[in-house]
Amino acid sequence: MSLALPGIAGRTRPPAGLGLLVLALLALAAFAAALCLGPVSIAPDRLWAVLRDAITGTAAPSGYGIRERVVVLDVRLPRAVLGALAGAATAVSGAILQGVFRNPLADPGLVGVSPGAALAAVAFIVLAGDLGLMLPGALRPLSLSVAAFAGGLVTTLLIGRLALREGYISVATLLFAGLALGALASAGTGLLVFLSTEQQSREFLFWTLGSLGGATWAKAALAAPFVLALLVVMPVIARGLDALALGEAEAFHLGIRVERLKRIAILAVAGGVGAAVAACGVIGFVGLVVPHLVRLTLGPSHKVLLPASALLGAAVLLLADVAARMLAAPAELPLGVVTALIGAPFFLWLLMRRRGALG
Amino acid sequence: MRSVLKSLALVALVATVPVLAGPPQAFAQHKVTDAAGRQVEVRDTSRVVSIGGAVTEILFALGLGDRVVGVDQTSTYPAEARSRPNVGYSRTLAPEGVLSADPSLILAIEGAGPPSTLDVLKQASVPVVLVPDGHTPESVVRKIEIIAEAMGVSEKGRALADAVRADFATLAQGVAQLKGKPRAVFVLSASGGAPVVGGAGTSADAMFHLAGVTNAMAGISGFKPAVDEVALTADPDAVVVMTDGGQKLTADVIFSLPAFKGTPAARDDRLVALPGSYLLGFGPRAPQAARDLALALHPGESLPPLPSRPWAGSGQ
Repeated sequence: MSLALPGIAGRTRPPAGLGLLVLALLALAAFAAALCLGPVSIAPDRLWAVLRDAITGTAAPSGYGIRERVVVLDVRLPRAVLGALAGAATAVSGAILQGVFRNPLADPGLVGVSPGAALAAVAFIVLAGDLGLMLPGALRPLSLSVAAFAGGLVTTLLIGRLALREGYISVATLLFAGLALGALASAGTGLLVFLSTEQQSREFLFWTLGSLGGATWAKAALAAPFVLALLVVMPVIARGLDALALGEAEAFHLGIRVERLKRIAILAVAGGVGAAVAACGVIGFVGLVVPHLVRLTLGPSHKVLLPASALLGAAVLLLADVAARMLAAPAELPLGVVTALIGAPFFLWLLMRRRGALG
Repeated sequence: MRSVLKSLALVALVATVPVLAGPPQAFAQHKVTDAAGRQVEVRDTSRVVSIGGAVTEILFALGLGDRVVGVDQTSTYPAEARSRPNVGYSRTLAPEGVLSADPSLILAIEGAGPPSTLDVLKQASVPVVLVPDGHTPESVVRKIEIIAEAMGVSEKGRALADAVRADFATLAQGVAQLKGKPRAVFVLSASGGAPVVGGAGTSADAMFHLAGVTNAMAGISGFKPAVDEVALTADPDAVVVMTDGGQKLTADVIFSLPAFKGTPAARDDRLVALPGSYLLGFGPRAPQAARDLALALHPGESLPPLPSRPWAGSGQ
């Protein structure tokens, strides 16, 4: 089971526990950076005072202005929470799907979550300008998110249904159904973009490039249950995914309920990624590459891979978001652009150093 | 008696001259220098495809609406323009689509495209006149002048240009008397993440300038997403949106965004919504649009009225 890493004689992997601890600290540091850094500069002691007063429920500001309080509590904190949730969900989903498909190139786009969500989002932007007004007041700002979430979920369930035969999900059919429906959804998206005005296509373009801007507590609360469900599922399916790496029949003989495993995995991914995409658009790179980064450093065991991916995914997205809001301030760079610009060269560098480690 | 007959004959003669001359200058032959600096020879102005909301508005304001046989998607005013065949969106035109309206002249706003389509159209036997775009009073006047020249109605063009110039002057005098200079943000869209705002160099920025308003997002150039904490600390007194954008941007939606929550605009619930073609089109209605914007953003103050103009209706 353990992957041999040719060409790096003498190098040993860090122990899993230590690796997880380092990643946890990294995620924590990224979260702190997301709170501390931004175009509006807030001194660390004031930031701390704001947080302390928020935790203890002190209403009267002490030693800081109302402005700093609003920036920290209403802008940065929900943004950081949402970023951590979305990053973790995307990376874990990538790891799970790569395990289920036994394919290193699997990412959430493959089971239709991202193309389905994108189709729903562009349909909402182009066709349903007034539709959002039919929702109750509190949900109105979330209407695009809700539409995208529904689009992603429906597409994935449809793909799952297509791959289902006599109670058995064929992974190969799932893959092809995913490719076909994904292409169909992309064609629908293309058609709608063609029909849209410049303003609408610009709106959609920025959505597809991802952004944590506009993050609210409501958005974070909407995403949280689905991401938490995904995190809870991790230990349940970790052993099964390890066994699946040997093949479906082998896993079955090892006592893994393979069908149940596939269903849980796909449902959890659809919910978790759907929620992440709905809240902050399509963010490329993280789902595909973060699991590989973890495998290259900590090995392929899912018991470590899944939680490590969650931590690293959260850290990567939070740091990318800090860069997105700092580099072009007062304008904001698209988040997906930053994740790919920073992440891809780093990944290539690691790949060149450990050539062959991906098999 | 003879003198009466004589004068009657004279009147009859004068009245027949335009009839003999046919529709005014429809078959004139003249050259016009367009926005690309090309000398375009115009022979027949009887069937015009009009690309760009401002171009269409000017054609109708010149009383030449009946010559318009095709428009683009941005030509939404006046209402009659919408009854003309639609040849597509101004930046994604297809050559055949434009030619299918069987035009004898194509008037397109600078920036229409794609360039490949314009190249094909320029090769075709139909003359293409590119109308210079711009976001200043002078550029509006320039649009009117070049369109009137291309259509062979320079005289009418001068009259329209003078009227619009006078409206801009009246507006500027009034705006100069306004007391405050409120800060506002133009939000193009805000559906997914960060609000996409109008920075320096945009039509929205130019409109703010005309209306005596400070663009709180002048630090950004072009239409780009703004970091929400920057928008927040820019302290806008108002948020301006288009009524006909993608997602309907209501006060609910805008003021629940972290970028605007708690700003003076949110506190006073000051959201100004105007049709995009009216607000950002920079056609002959630009002074009226700027006046509406100025009045909405300077509550409690007044501006001298602009003369009633046949081309500036209800602002739709």
